[in-house]
Amino acid sequence: MAENTQKLLEVRELTMDFGGLRAVDSITLEVCTGEIVALIGPNGAGKTTFFNCVTGIYKPTRGEILVHPPEQKTYKINGFKPNRVTAMGLARTFQNIRLFQNMTVLENVMIGRHCRTTTNILGAILRGKNTNRQERETIERSYELLEKVGLVHFADEFAKNLPYGAQRRLEIARAMATDPFLLLLDEPAAGMNPQETKDLDELIVRIKDTENISILLIEHDMKLVMNISERIYVMEYGKKIAHGSPQEIRSNPKVIEAYLGEGGDDA
Amino acid sequence: MAMISYLKSCLIAAIWFVFLTFPLMVVKVNTLKNTVEWRWMNMLWVAIGAFILSAVWRWAMERRARGASQKEQESSDSDKKPSLGERLLEDPKLYRPLLGLVVALALLMPWVSEMYQVTIWVFALIYVVLGLGLNITVGLAGLLDLGYVAFFGVGAYTYAILNTRFGLDFWICLPIGGLTGALVGVLLGFPILRLRGDYLAIVTLGFGSIAKIVYENWEGVFNGARGIEKIARPGFFGMEMDISAATTFTYYLMLVMVVFTIFVTNRLKDSRIGRAWMALREDEIACVAMGVDMARTKLGAYALGAFWAGLVGVIFASQTTYINPASFDFMLSAIVLSMVVLGGMGSIVGVVIAALVLNLLPEYLRAFEDYRMLVFGAVMVLMMLFRPQGLVSNVRKTYTHSKKVHAEEANG
Repeated sequence: MAENTQKLLEVRELTMDFGGLRAVDSITLEVCTGEIVALIGPNGAGKTTFFNCVTGIYKPTRGEILVHPPEQKTYKINGFKPNRVTAMGLARTFQNIRLFQNMTVLENVMIGRHCRTTTNILGAILRGKNTNRQERETIERSYELLEKVGLVHFADEFAKNLPYGAQRRLEIARAMATDPFLLLLDEPAAGMNPQETKDLDELIVRIKDTENISILLIEHDMKLVMNISERIYVMEYGKKIAHGSPQEIRSNPKVIEAYLGEGGDDA
Repeated sequence: MAMISYLKSCLIAAIWFVFLTFPLMVVKVNTLKNTVEWRWMNMLWVAIGAFILSAVWRWAMERRARGASQKEQESSDSDKKPSLGERLLEDPKLYRPLLGLVVALALLMPWVSEMYQVTIWVFALIYVVLGLGLNITVGLAGLLDLGYVAFFGVGAYTYAILNTRFGLDFWICLPIGGLTGALVGVLLGFPILRLRGDYLAIVTLGFGSIAKIVYENWEGVFNGARGIEKIARPGFFGMEMDISAATTFTYYLMLVMVVFTIFVTNRLKDSRIGRAWMALREDEIACVAMGVDMARTKLGAYALGAFWAGLVGVIFASQTTYINPASFDFMLSAIVLSMVVLGGMGSIVGVVIAALVLNLLPEYLRAFEDYRMLVFGAVMVLMMLFRPQGLVSNVRKTYTHSKKVHAEEANG
């Protein structure tokens, strides 16, 4: 890590209860500038619930979520609505792809620009100078993002007609359209073949390097996680069981046990 | 071989219908003379009718299945040939003359036909605007609204009360009616922001019923079931107009309203706001996660949909000069919603066509009055089976981009 790293996201003792079930139990996590951080764990460990708490879809039971946008003061975003969290600069993708099926690929990305533009109903009807300029910028920027994820040739296609891997990349482009400083990717490689995973791997690293966006990702594909992430957090049954560099995690007995079951490593 | 099995299944259908209708169509017990009359000819007609209908039905279903597989093949080819309907909408050479013809006919209509016809068309155009307004709420934003008629009533009663009690002019009341509608839309919108789909439909259905009951029972304000009469027709710079002239005037006013509505909806559809509505319709969670303010977007859709209903409510009251709660029945909401669904969710041209067809067809089919609802129902069932996307499926705008244009130039 370079010297001028700064914390972007700081989660302290985050707990989320659903009735009597504690899905996330006192998780502490942080992401700094220019980092790719991975959150791994067996199915049902509470990773997606953690994401939903951070992005405002759930209101956490306890704990603090602090955001330090670059060159701005710190915000505590517990209980913020999802759109406010996004406007602050945290964008996410979904585990089960949630695209706007009956809109074109380009329009999907243009939605991401919504919180960075201001045209209201009256402006849209009158189509004044300001509206036209914003519309123009939205289109240009959206095309640019489609180029970056390699989907320009699909621009006018309905999102539902895209191949699976392309839908995943479109979700990333849509999230990037909101101008985030932190991108939260929920299992971006799920269901992809090895070639697609490799491309995704490169895409994520490229986003980090060229766009200056830090990344927090949930992933099951160990190869991808070990390849690109600088730090890894491991969760099991809502609790954090390990934290460290890929090498440390690989040899951590607790992690091996969580993944392979009890007695998996003492043979 | 296929032909034989085809005929066989049609025959089975015919026999089944004969069996079903046997007690009603064939046996007739005369209780006065204590005799039983056997009408065997009826059985024959039922059999023939059922056979033919079943054959047509099967043929249509097969054609549809073939069409679907053909479509799949077509979409694998890179260049698709658009259907005639699509070409009509996309090619300026085709749609401009057609549009000119429609405009000319619409403008000339009152001079060549009787007042009765003009009145029918005024109501048809009112429905067009209602359909386009509901299209914003249901078609674009995906908020199923079964109580849309309530906003129409709000507009009509606003004008009726302001005009008969306070003597306010039509032209002042027109925007007031629209704004009152929008305001009530927002008020209703607040409590139901969290609801979706079926739940939303039930609440709006309830709201529509409540509105009607309030009009019926709040005697002091709405004059109860007796309704409000002697509502002034629209004036035009103090010109004296008889009924016929006033109807013609309202007709032209409605034409302007329709054009205005189409203009506004069309602009909204491809704007930041319209895209947010569509995203909300497609996936609410993804939509808010992409930074769209759900509350504001939903309320906007409600308010704008209700605005048009309030606006034409004023015109409706001025045209009929008498309104009572019976005019704002649930049936009206249902018909307006059918116009949106049959026309094609979100499609402006489709909704206009569907609104005109659904309103004018019953008027011109007075001869078959008894079977009107039967035909209406059958058309709906057939539409949903064979063209669930509506008459005109919603075509999305494609955007051009400077880099894309360069790339195409380089290629071509």
